[in-house]
Amino acid sequence: MNKVLTTGIVLGVAIVFPLVMHVLDQAFYISFATRILIYAMAAASLNLVLGYGGMVSFGHAAFFGAGAYMVGILAFEGVTSLWLSWPTAIAVAALAALAIGAISLRTRGVYFIMITLAFAQMMYYVFVSMKAYGGDDGLSLASRSTGLGVSLSNDFVWYYLVLVLLIIIHYFLHRLLGSRFGRVIEAIRENETRATAIGYPVYRYKLLCFVISGAIAGLAGALIANQTSYVGPALLHWVQSGTLMIMVILGGVGRFWGGPVGAVVLLALEELFSGSSLLGPYSLHWQLPVGVILLAVVLLAPQGIAGAFAKKSR
Amino acid sequence: MLSLKNLGKRFGGVVAVDRVSLDVAAGEVHALIGPNGAGKTTLIHQISGSLDSDSGEMHFFDKDITRMRPHDRVRAGLARSYQITSIFRRFSVLDNLALAVQARSGSSFSFWKPVAAETALFDEARAIALQVGLSERVGSTAATLAHGEQRALEVGLALATQPKLVLLDEPMAGMGPEESKRMIELIKRIRAQVTVLLVEHDMDAVFRLADRISVMVNGRLIATDRPEKIRTNEEVRRAYLGDELAA
Repeated sequence: MNKVLTTGIVLGVAIVFPLVMHVLDQAFYISFATRILIYAMAAASLNLVLGYGGMVSFGHAAFFGAGAYMVGILAFEGVTSLWLSWPTAIAVAALAALAIGAISLRTRGVYFIMITLAFAQMMYYVFVSMKAYGGDDGLSLASRSTGLGVSLSNDFVWYYLVLVLLIIIHYFLHRLLGSRFGRVIEAIRENETRATAIGYPVYRYKLLCFVISGAIAGLAGALIANQTSYVGPALLHWVQSGTLMIMVILGGVGRFWGGPVGAVVLLALEELFSGSSLLGPYSLHWQLPVGVILLAVVLLAPQGIAGAFAKKSR
Repeated sequence: MLSLKNLGKRFGGVVAVDRVSLDVAAGEVHALIGPNGAGKTTLIHQISGSLDSDSGEMHFFDKDITRMRPHDRVRAGLARSYQITSIFRRFSVLDNLALAVQARSGSSFSFWKPVAAETALFDEARAIALQVGLSERVGSTAATLAHGEQRALEVGLALATQPKLVLLDEPMAGMGPEESKRMIELIKRIRAQVTVLLVEHDMDAVFRLADRISVMVNGRLIATDRPEKIRTNEEVRRAYLGDELAA
């Protein structure tokens, strides 16, 4: 019951938030909240492999960025329908995850972290070198994707579309984690040797999990391209992978709400400390206070914020 | 049922398993004994497929399994337990066993239907818990079990895959006399359904359980025979048993 209540409250807040901001005449925060929702989706996709599958992917920006670039490139070529560009983004990200995962998942531990990082950086340089699509400078989108009959340039419409997609993704993840497949994925995280010894082809399960995660990250990428009407190589940079990882760790590794909680907290902190209203000229060094808070969370709540909450409510 | 022919394994210059040929007959409890470092566990790893063999071949029933992947061997009916307890520590006992049942009942590439609704899985897991004496503990997290209970779960995980042959690698490792007695009883119970290849240092248990015993020394099998013959075998006495059996 408690779970249902929490979910209800979170949903309620998410639904009325833009209306409240509209009344308060703070339209900026609607767009800011949309960004949080998109990052929540990307972080949730990473949490699936990292938290539930035990695969510490340090290259998730590759799939996020690939999804974003597909929307950017297709728009540049004149294809703006989301019915075409978004599935393409998802499919390309999934394919990238299949290729990278197929090789990376033959390694373990630190090697896996490093090889996923290396692949992501390779993709970063591929996009930097694609002069036709802006190279270093990236690509600007003339407008958000089309195809729903309403203009997605309207911040309200855009916010609620992203929210609906995030809810769908989380419902999918909820079903996935409770299914046979989800149990196997967690079992592999717990004890891969034993999972093999009771008859599971471990590699196949991990690879599929990796691909599903990549596909979701691709969708999040398609959304971020629309959000900012811009795609650039920075989306694939390892710092982006690190940001997603920080979100997951902050929110709670292997916690259902870990991704969204981490996205909200990290982006809110970033917003708080990087604006000049709080720290004045020191706001240039906003990473410092954010870093201290991250340290504190890791030390005091090793299971992340969502983990600490789950304990309290028990 | 299981037939090994000239199986070999070397690690660098060390020959761990040296041309071992061994037949395990259906329905028997076959014990594999030998001093520490004789290569028993290496041989178990080769049979279960977690180590590749350098030479020789293995047949399980009529199938050549020498190159078969470990998970496929489990599906073919060849399961194992580990010398060092290997369970899903953060899962409940029931979830541990249900996972093993799930592995051989239908596809687990199912992404939507809640596994919690599959009562058949959990009913069977409960039956196995009963068999290995863990009925009272099905709800407990595996990590919180006592050592002996974890060892029982270890064996339960192997049994839950419904093997035709189970490889038990020192099931009594680290057990007190009381726990050992329970494990002996458990193995006596399961032998009605499954053939057992048992690696064990507890000679009392070995001689009480085994139909046949194979003795491994320095990577080689020096004898395979009935327990009473092994007891009096000169070579075995010299190489291994020595005083242990004189008493």
